Amino acid sequence: MTSATERSVPKPVFTDAEAGAKEFPDSTARRFNYYTPQKRKQTHYEDVTVEVQPDPRHYLAQGWLYGFSDGRGGYPLDWTALKAWGSDRPEPTRGPGSGGKGYDWPAHGWHEFRDPNEEWELSLYRYNANVVRQVGQNVEAARRSKAFEQWNPNWVRFVERHVGAWMHVDHGLGLYLFANANRRAPTNMHNNAISVNSMHRIRAAQDLALYGLTLSEEIADFDGSAHLDAWNSDPAWQGVRQAAERLTAVDDWCEAIFAANVIFEPLVGELFRSHLVQHAAPRNGDFVTPTIVGAEEYDFSERDLRYTKAMFELLTADREFAEHNTRILHGWLADWVPVSIAAARALQPLWSQPDAKPPRFEDALDSAKSRFSGIVTDLGLETPKELAQ
Amino acid sequence: MWTNSKFVATVGGATLEVVKRYVENQRVVHRILLPPRAWSQGLLGSYPMSRQSVARAHQKIQELSWEPMYHEPVSHYGTDYTFRKAQKKDPLKQVLRSYFPMQEEKDHRVYGASDGAIRGNMFRQVQERWLEWQKLFLSIIPLPEISAARAMPLLFRTVPNPELHNGQAIQMIDEVRHSTIQQNLKRLYMNNYIDPAGFNSSLRNFQNDYCGTIGRQFAEGFITGDAITAASIYLTIVAETAFTNTLFVAMPAEAAANGDYLLPTVFHSVQSDESRHISNGYATLLMALADEGNHQLLERDLRYAWWNNHRVVDAAIGTFIEYGTKDRRKDRESYAEMWRRWIYDDYYRSYLVPLEKYGLVIPHDLIEEAWNQIWNKGYVHEVAQFFATGWLANYWRIDPMTDKDFEWFEYKYPGWYDRYGKWWEQYNRLSTPNGHHPIVAEDVDYQYPHRCWVCMVPCLVREDMVMAEVNGQWRTYCHEACRWTDVEAFRPTYQGRQTPNMGQLIGAREWETLYHGWNWADVVSDMGFVRDDGKTLVAQPHLNLDPSKMWTLDHLRRMDPLLSPNVLLNEMTDEERNAFHAAYIAGGPAGRPARTDK
Repeated sequence: MTSATERSVPKPVFTDAEAGAKEFPDSTARRFNYYTPQKRKQTHYEDVTVEVQPDPRHYLAQGWLYGFSDGRGGYPLDWTALKAWGSDRPEPTRGPGSGGKGYDWPAHGWHEFRDPNEEWELSLYRYNANVVRQVGQNVEAARRSKAFEQWNPNWVRFVERHVGAWMHVDHGLGLYLFANANRRAPTNMHNNAISVNSMHRIRAAQDLALYGLTLSEEIADFDGSAHLDAWNSDPAWQGVRQAAERLTAVDDWCEAIFAANVIFEPLVGELFRSHLVQHAAPRNGDFVTPTIVGAEEYDFSERDLRYTKAMFELLTADREFAEHNTRILHGWLADWVPVSIAAARALQPLWSQPDAKPPRFEDALDSAKSRFSGIVTDLGLETPKELAQ
Repeated sequence: MWTNSKFVATVGGATLEVVKRYVENQRVVHRILLPPRAWSQGLLGSYPMSRQSVARAHQKIQELSWEPMYHEPVSHYGTDYTFRKAQKKDPLKQVLRSYFPMQEEKDHRVYGASDGAIRGNMFRQVQERWLEWQKLFLSIIPLPEISAARAMPLLFRTVPNPELHNGQAIQMIDEVRHSTIQQNLKRLYMNNYIDPAGFNSSLRNFQNDYCGTIGRQFAEGFITGDAITAASIYLTIVAETAFTNTLFVAMPAEAAANGDYLLPTVFHSVQSDESRHISNGYATLLMALADEGNHQLLERDLRYAWWNNHRVVDAAIGTFIEYGTKDRRKDRESYAEMWRRWIYDDYYRSYLVPLEKYGLVIPHDLIEEAWNQIWNKGYVHEVAQFFATGWLANYWRIDPMTDKDFEWFEYKYPGWYDRYGKWWEQYNRLSTPNGHHPIVAEDVDYQYPHRCWVCMVPCLVREDMVMAEVNGQWRTYCHEACRWTDVEAFRPTYQGRQTPNMGQLIGAREWETLYHGWNWADVVSDMGFVRDDGKTLVAQPHLNLDPSKMWTLDHLRRMDPLLSPNVLLNEMTDEERNAFHAAYIAGGPAGRPARTDK
């Protein structure tokens, strides 16, 4: 008779280490106690986001430990010219016998920002997975129903060249403006929202690129590389390209976000997507392209613009620096509105290219300007005179 | 994690068969979630993925990048490395169309397990000894994760290869995932584990506690200084490729052995992203190696990054695994055995050594020295003893070791009892308040150590401590390699070469100095490590939650004030300081002061 040797595995042990098993100091203190929620109750989003990125002005007793070559570490507040209340308070000096405490939380107004989209990993993957699934299904359904055969030749040229060109704007801003800015802001709430914005743009760029790949397979004479020529040398696109490149050259992270999401996107992005592509496509037999471009439109109008407004509303209504911020933002409006208007006007020839025309360019631009004015007014800013250009 | 084959995980002594099943299961996930040919051929139903193969899709998205014609993108970060533009392929070949659903599916599994853990009353089987250390670990790790996200832009302008930027952007959002999913795990522990103290104040604690500060190097080292040193060598080549093995694979295995299967669930999900990040680092490293002018900097940075990661990660994870476990089966691997397998064999021999032929100067001496520290000099045991000495300045409870623990340590580390056994018996004796002070203020043959100015872990292996006068301050270092890091590496010139982009070590780097002359009760109050009755400490040197057995501020009030070893060192004359140094390095092991009867 043989006896089985017992396997060596950890043994379960009853420990009774679950909540409520005993009463003692702190036994019911089951919420994060180091920050004040924006509303009455702490949200799940706040719990996983707030205070992950520390600040020497409150709890960071020993200060930043690693600096750049100039000796500055962490996330300097002067990486933007805008200020939130408390920005001018000096960092507490720590030394022998100083103790570790800084100012009471939040120490300054930057920490009051909350992303109204409440983006964290669960929400961002659900949202974007849903988008790519839906986009994939739309394209697949169109392919199976031979929907691309309904496109007239001019519309094929339009999509391969001009819809394709927009992917470069998305990609460039997604990487070199938004992803770049995720290192620059002073709180985790800002930087996470900005990094999600970045992924929206990069995903939208890839959506368009892969759509182009499918069209190359489905439409016999679809030129999948025509977008490169448009982006590199078509005069209609050079205004947009100049604006996009200039946006990636901005040093101030707030200026970059503001110029992109408050000015460029309403005046150029929505103008191109909503007022040109979305209107022209159905008239030219294309019900597919609007579903792809529409996904990006929703990203911007319902999510990215939403957090951007919340971010800048705090700054224009700041209890200490509202006037300072408003003055700077008006300066940025004066700088960037002409750039965007010039880019928009350079696109005008595109309106005449499809066989079935969209509504007039001037009407579209008026509508985009009106939308832009509404956003600016909501932020407590004045519509710049440069808008009349 | 790097292995010479593929992602492998072990869970609490799982058999080879179980591991194989797990690996096969991972393959299935990737078959389902990456857009394979089978889907496009309609062989597996009507899953609505794109028809393109991954390779073709990836090739297509390379058309997205463009060279600026009108304005150069802003360049915020500098490097002393030089790169030639090269067509280095993006090793990830990841497109977002498949990436997002893949991550969503991984989330489903993680959150399903979380629900299951709560419904199945997992916390009735969780070892408190283990979960208490998670109050430290989970206070630290979300910041390194999010800092890795913030580090990616450092590479955009310094590594002139747009194809790699795609992978870096995906790593960025992976890291946002890791940071928030880990915060969520901590939130779940706070809500469901018996003692929420320390979890509920986690991020305040992390920021003002000296252990948190040690861990913070593992974040700040990614985001400042020379862009390549920080975001490539320190972060991806060393931290992610070598040390996530112990962080995210070895430690979850120990969690499972202690009744916690949520930590493995979350961290194996995290680890499955790391292979992408390792590929990012590898591609950048090969580009850097192509220019011989970089070899000197690579040698410097590998030495710094390796040694700092060893000092920080081995201190923390070694302690969690060896002193936070109740699993004392003699055939379970010790931290030293895990280290030998995961880091020495899989990282050093299989990953680093093959790079030597490309001109990479590998710090063989420091790798052997790290092993020497762990195996011969008791590095992990010295750290655990120090954490337990200073229990009152922390925010978790540290369980005393028992005879069963002693037996295991002696079996795994012969000679352990002679070095550390007596001290842990004293710790046990002094664990509940009974008219005596906390152990740090009692005579237990232990000399409170000086702090290493670089890695901020104290100078625990006494014989290795060195000193230097820098910027008018006498500093102590735990080892010559840390002195070198401060005095030679983090400088604007290195071996006669200008290195204007190299970062600086800054900050108030000795925690004790902030509280020099303070009463201990005021120290703990200032840090906020007090429970909701206003007097009971969050930290305790035992696991007994009977309030009458718990230490309070009143107990600390009777102690002598805290004195900063570094302040005292700087008050000494040269003669006194030399005598002090001679005595210090004659001390140990286990913190014993040098014998005066020699």
